[in-house]
Amino acid sequence: MAKRERLSGNEAVAIALRQINPDVFPAFPITPSTEIPQYFASFVANGQVDTEFITVESEHSSMSAAIGASAAGARSLTATSSCGLAYMWEELYIAASNRLPLALALVNRALSGPININCDHSDSMGARDAGWIQIYAENNQEAYDNMVQAFRISEHKDVRLPIMICQDGFITSHAVENIELLDDAEVKGFVGEYEPENYLLNPECPMAVGPYSITDFYFEAKRAQAEGTKNVEKVILDIAKEFAELSGREYGLFESYRMEDAERAVVIIGSAAGTTKDAIDRLREKGEKVGLLKIRLYRPFPAEAIAAELKNVKAVAIMDRAEGYSNNGGPLGADVMAALFRARSQAFAVNYIYGLGGRDVRVEDMIGIYDALAQIIEDGDAGETYRYLGIRE
Amino acid sequence: MKTDITKLGVKASWRDLTEGMIVAGAGTSKDFKTGEWSAVKPEFIEENCKQCLFCAPVCPDSCIPVVDGKRGAFDYDHCKGCGICVKACPFDAITMEGVK
Repeated sequence: MAKRERLSGNEAVAIALRQINPDVFPAFPITPSTEIPQYFASFVANGQVDTEFITVESEHSSMSAAIGASAAGARSLTATSSCGLAYMWEELYIAASNRLPLALALVNRALSGPININCDHSDSMGARDAGWIQIYAENNQEAYDNMVQAFRISEHKDVRLPIMICQDGFITSHAVENIELLDDAEVKGFVGEYEPENYLLNPECPMAVGPYSITDFYFEAKRAQAEGTKNVEKVILDIAKEFAELSGREYGLFESYRMEDAERAVVIIGSAAGTTKDAIDRLREKGEKVGLLKIRLYRPFPAEAIAAELKNVKAVAIMDRAEGYSNNGGPLGADVMAALFRARSQAFAVNYIYGLGGRDVRVEDMIGIYDALAQIIEDGDAGETYRYLGIRE
Repeated sequence: MKTDITKLGVKASWRDLTEGMIVAGAGTSKDFKTGEWSAVKPEFIEENCKQCLFCAPVCPDSCIPVVDGKRGAFDYDHCKGCGICVKACPFDAITMEGVK
């Protein structure tokens, strides 16, 4: 039986973790993710979980301990934000290349500098090529649902890769919203037990993890790793289907909002998708053909499916909540434009950098984006393709 | 399941590698033919050998077996061709291309 509640995104993720009851949770606090281990510590103290909760001295250590626990055969995870993720850099690659299932509850926050505690996606975007699965949420319900599905995806025998469950710092992590929770037993049944084939604590078959690979092997090792990544899309869709049967809530690789006949589209990640939907509803009332493609799975990048969904649009604005410093747009912009090019799309495409360091995004801002796309179609020219939303000139 | 490490030679396809490069099962290093990492190997000239045994202890990979006080043939499955044994031999009983 579903239970209605009102929770912040951090509470929602912490409750999902209580229901999952993982084996090991090493944690180091950093704003705005701190509440996740904080709530979880209270579950440990109350005896509601039997997780080994390890208070470590840094994020370098929390990820290292999560990796060690996973190699040992335990279901493990940690949580972090911003510079905490940056401090895990080395370990992110270790987890992925060793094909270790584990989860990271990431609460997106700007990277320094200038130092700032508010939301943007520069932390996880920087980790986009580390070999992790990255799934993003628009709101607390999605953050909860994604966390419940996380271990099933990460531990799947065709995948076995670490997974990052991302939500927007403060906007989602601290704002209290209505939410529908699953029963503890439902989550327990859905997630199941973790039974790895090989693990360090198996006395019947000792194991070497992370052996040195000379030049003759490294390249093949990286290719073999990519194979797990190729299976992610299918596994995510299969598990989403099972989750829908349990919860009634449907998920895909991305969400399409009023895209059926859309001529102008926005591609966006995270909480600003909700703002964009409001903008779309207002414009649709005036008969404007506008829609939204909200990315759920960003890594691996479902390029073909995204290009297919944008097949009939005349102009698209790709929104990046992270500056790429490539002079070639932000990371999502570059990915979507490459996908459109490979699909021989004729759509005009522009890339906007927006919302850095927690800068608010209003419905009017997103209406302005659709107006700009209308102008592009009218001009027959995309003009500047690398734009900044609402920057003070 | 124990990894069959003999299948992981330098000619192995990426498809044959273990997931995450793990090696399941203990004591597998003997079965892993690291000797194929090198192209050039030392040669044993038995008629020059006085069995002084200077060579055996300096081999970093224990590739010179000693039985009953006498050294035997090189273990090329694990010799990486470092050439240290050539330098250690006072009697020109070990030669190797590129090592004087």
